[in-house]
Amino acid sequence: MSNASSPIERLMPRFLSGVDPAVVLAFACIILLLLVGALYSSSFLSPTYLLQQLKVASFLGVIATGMMLVILLGQIDLSVPWVVTTGAMMACAAASFGPLGAALAIPFGILCGAALGLANGFATAYLRIPSMIITLAINAVAQGLMVVYTGGFSPQDSATPAMRYLATGELIPTVPNGVLMWLLVGAGAVYLLTRTTFGRSVYGIGNRERAAYLSGINTRRIVMLSFVISGALSAFGGVLLAGYASKAAQSMGDAYLLPAIAAVVLGGTHVLGGRGSYFGTVAGVILITLLQSILSVMQIEEAGRQLIFGLVIVAMLLLYGRQKPA
Amino acid sequence: MKEWRFWLTENQGTLIAAATFAVMFAIYAGNHPAGFTPNVVQTAANKATLLAFVAMAQALVIITSGIDLSVGMILTLSNCLASWIVVGTAGETTLGIIGVLIAGAMCGALNGLIVIFGRLQPIVTTIATGAMFYGIALFLRPFPGGSVNETLADFLTGKLFKLIPMSFVALAVVILVVWVPYSRSVLGRAAYAAGSSEQAAYMSGMPVKMAKFMAYVLSGLLASVGGLYLTFFSYTGEAAYASGNTYTLFSIAAVVLGGVSLMGGRGSAIGAVFGALAFRTIGDLLFVFDFDPLWQPLFQGVVLLFAVSISAFGLFRVRNKLDWFP
Amino acid sequence: MSETKPLLTMRGVTKRYGGVLALKDADLDIMPGRIHAVLGENGAGKSTLIKIMAGVVSPDEGQISLDGEAVSFSSPAAANAAGIVCVFQELSLIPDLSVADNIVISKPPQLLGLINRRKQREIAEKALADAGATDIHPSALVKDLSLSRRQMVEIAKALARKPRVLILDEATSALTSADVEKVFSVIKRLRQEGVAIIYISHRMHEIAELADDCTVFRNGRKIATYKAGTKSDTEVVELMIGREYKNVFPPKFSGERASVPALSCKGLSWAGRLRDVSLSVYPGEVIGLGGLDGQGQRELLLALFGVLRGAEGRIDIDGKPATVGDPSRAKGDSIGMALIPEDRKTEGLMLPMSIAENLCFSSLGRISSMGIIDKAESEAKIAEMIELLSIKAENPALPVSSLSGGNQQKVVIAKWLMNEPRIVLLNDPTRGIDVGTKQEIYALLRKLADKGVAILFYSTDYDELIGCCDRVLVMYDGAVVRELAGDAITEHALVASALNIGEVARA
Repeated sequence: MSNASSPIERLMPRFLSGVDPAVVLAFACIILLLLVGALYSSSFLSPTYLLQQLKVASFLGVIATGMMLVILLGQIDLSVPWVVTTGAMMACAAASFGPLGAALAIPFGILCGAALGLANGFATAYLRIPSMIITLAINAVAQGLMVVYTGGFSPQDSATPAMRYLATGELIPTVPNGVLMWLLVGAGAVYLLTRTTFGRSVYGIGNRERAAYLSGINTRRIVMLSFVISGALSAFGGVLLAGYASKAAQSMGDAYLLPAIAAVVLGGTHVLGGRGSYFGTVAGVILITLLQSILSVMQIEEAGRQLIFGLVIVAMLLLYGRQKPA
Repeated sequence: MKEWRFWLTENQGTLIAAATFAVMFAIYAGNHPAGFTPNVVQTAANKATLLAFVAMAQALVIITSGIDLSVGMILTLSNCLASWIVVGTAGETTLGIIGVLIAGAMCGALNGLIVIFGRLQPIVTTIATGAMFYGIALFLRPFPGGSVNETLADFLTGKLFKLIPMSFVALAVVILVVWVPYSRSVLGRAAYAAGSSEQAAYMSGMPVKMAKFMAYVLSGLLASVGGLYLTFFSYTGEAAYASGNTYTLFSIAAVVLGGVSLMGGRGSAIGAVFGALAFRTIGDLLFVFDFDPLWQPLFQGVVLLFAVSISAFGLFRVRNKLDWFP
Repeated sequence: MSETKPLLTMRGVTKRYGGVLALKDADLDIMPGRIHAVLGENGAGKSTLIKIMAGVVSPDEGQISLDGEAVSFSSPAAANAAGIVCVFQELSLIPDLSVADNIVISKPPQLLGLINRRKQREIAEKALADAGATDIHPSALVKDLSLSRRQMVEIAKALARKPRVLILDEATSALTSADVEKVFSVIKRLRQEGVAIIYISHRMHEIAELADDCTVFRNGRKIATYKAGTKSDTEVVELMIGREYKNVFPPKFSGERASVPALSCKGLSWAGRLRDVSLSVYPGEVIGLGGLDGQGQRELLLALFGVLRGAEGRIDIDGKPATVGDPSRAKGDSIGMALIPEDRKTEGLMLPMSIAENLCFSSLGRISSMGIIDKAESEAKIAEMIELLSIKAENPALPVSSLSGGNQQKVVIAKWLMNEPRIVLLNDPTRGIDVGTKQEIYALLRKLADKGVAILFYSTDYDELIGCCDRVLVMYDGAVVRELAGDAITEHALVASALNIGEVARA
């Protein structure tokens, strides 16, 4: 049953055998999108444009990293929209408490996300509530908290210089710091997933939690920790976004849930958990970002963008994201 | 001899939901300044009916152990479509209503096709199709507007014999015409069987695929009934992203309160209707006790959190830890 | 009887899964009014054969005919419609539906397109009565029934379909002996009525009682068909395994027993399923757990391993009281316990993951420091384990699902040995495994014991208990009712004490 190859796998050149076909396809789509874009406008292949795309991708990349961890466990985190917003708003809120607040703004924002993640993780791991449901509920609670905090309006606080620097500054000339942040988070994720007992356990739990538990792995702690990491990374994504836009806004996180899931799944991570590589997620993130960028460059209005975006994701998933027949 | 006990076990969820609603409504009516009058009932009924339709839609899919995160968007799309075509003479209005219902059923059919025949995960699929439906809704109504046959709208949101809210009558009619025959048909039973144990259902030669497909189609249809009702209340169409998502979220809350098992196979759409009524009443309680409306989203989030946590109480009865990992 | 025409015939039926040949050129004639037993080890092709007959999978080659006409079934429903009904080994009942719903599931009685509940009730009551299971209420939900009751419902469900060909695949495995009697009389009655019955069982005495014809499969091929009673048990076993079956057990424990047991428990009770169990296992001993299936043996192992909540009584490790909160505590150095679980596919292995990764799961702590995996050390240990258990794997990077059942089970055992346990609990480790691997496992257990490991070993196979164990504790209804040691471990004693009629039977 395991050696049944998909049509795509059979079409792949020999030297690529062993690489997940989904990852190959994702990279092929990236190149295709770049070519289509280049036909439309020559500036599409310019370094400036590409770096700009990477910078935009870095926010999604950070958020998708946490999402990937959770999906690998066979769970899902639907609380991304308001955890992102909470991270951004709380970091900006801390900034209004003098120099000490400003100094602690970034960690405080991340901590708030981690706390929401802790709630998700505790309920999923220890109370055995389906993550799909509890994360929706936590999302609603986070939204409620933020609405109460802001009084229903966009908050007046703005991002600290440190947040702006992290998102838009350039430690290495021409390379935005946001990209460096993603690189850092990504390197950490790769190390965590491939070299540590934590990573091994994540894959094991994603495949079969019962077997992992009977192997003496503390599965509940690992599930909970993963949600904490996911929450923290979503909030960090929010902090970067706030730095990028100089302030937090009510629905800034809404645009990140579907893309984050799509990036992870298009990158070949199995929706039911247990299989997937970070490399694929990187491909998925870039792919989604380019797709969004091309749609906006082509000046397609919001309605068309939503429609095409949804269509493309369904189409790509149908190509290779299918479950094995029962 | 013990017949009634078996009946009780089978309908436990629905009965608890009905009881919860009765208690909530008693508190509400008891504390509302106007008391328990037809007017109070009518206002509550109109608000609750809408959610009840969406909750039924969600319940049908959850019974098959799927989930439809696009119900809210189907409702939004139906609302936008209705604001164009449910106008004019009686004949035109009728055609318009049929058109909206067909559109809803087609949205559901698309979900069903992708999930069942494309073998994609329902969560990811319906998030993506939700984006598509929203895109179409936005295309239909870039700005709020449009109109509806007001005579019909007033009739369907008014009172029958100056006493019974028409919306309840409509709800009862839909339950009798859609749910009752469905739940007693072979397809309905196959839907329960598929949710309970898909493998066993297939081995027993049940029409599993058809049943799941029908569940999605009917779900789309019921969501569009909800969309029609929204149009009758508001007289306009609006492609509101946040409100679409809110309906999806509330539909899940209602289904959980209604005793439908999120694992599938257990519960009924009638339970979901009571769940919806109870959830709405809880929201209205805030106004009765003079809370700041700003707190409403938080309050509803907490109620949802509480509702989904109820299922965790069963955990304390688990004495074999392996039962944690199905 | 030879002049009657066969009801169902198979000619040259072949089925491959990927590159693996599951069934090769199978020919079979099933006569009406006769019981045809199909024998073979696990993996011999029996289940593939049945799945093809029942329409679950379609054959790659060959022909099936019913009443002389060629047929091909695209689904179980199609096979049912043709009168071929199968009672599967894995139960095919739907837990959240009622017994009556389940019995009529494939063809509910309808009235104007809706299910006629009254008629359904009548059908269900009749089917349950036919199966001799009148104690089951048609309105009860299947998930609230015990395993043996579910199996009876499964049989009633098959009867309700009025089969012409009835396939029973290990259908009696979960039944109580009283139920088995009932089912046998049902089967015999159906035979009288002219139904063709295909009976699959590992229990030789059941086959001896029921079968008219027997067919033996081995390695996906049909080996022989013969009239029941024309071959001795030994001959049949030889046909099944293809070689002589003798002297498979290693010598037993001969040294001096240590003064302190490695593992002992006193008054262990849990949820009415375990009652006041006391036992001690000394280093170097292999202790067997016997008794009928489902008498609390599994629960006992799980309780010792810290999986059951609210277990009362005390557990001592090396003579000192210990709290085994959960498996992660149990496997720690201070306790050093390992449990080879019941179901390797869902409890022992992550099937899609590689052999190497699977081997590491229980000993992640040993091959890492500060949570970081030491690659060189893990590879060395993996190689050592593959060598020790002679796991037949081309490449440890292949998914564990690519291995045969026996080799998969070896991986489960190896992954625990990698953690160097001092106490090993095994839950029926040889179930569904070929004879060769079984022997290797017996030898391995003894080798471990000789190194001072304490072994507690539940088995449903009496031969194993007799051949492998130094002492056997027989359980009945959650309690240890008898302890047998040395030469007192005989099949007679085991069976007698399993039925809790101990002393009477001995006389």
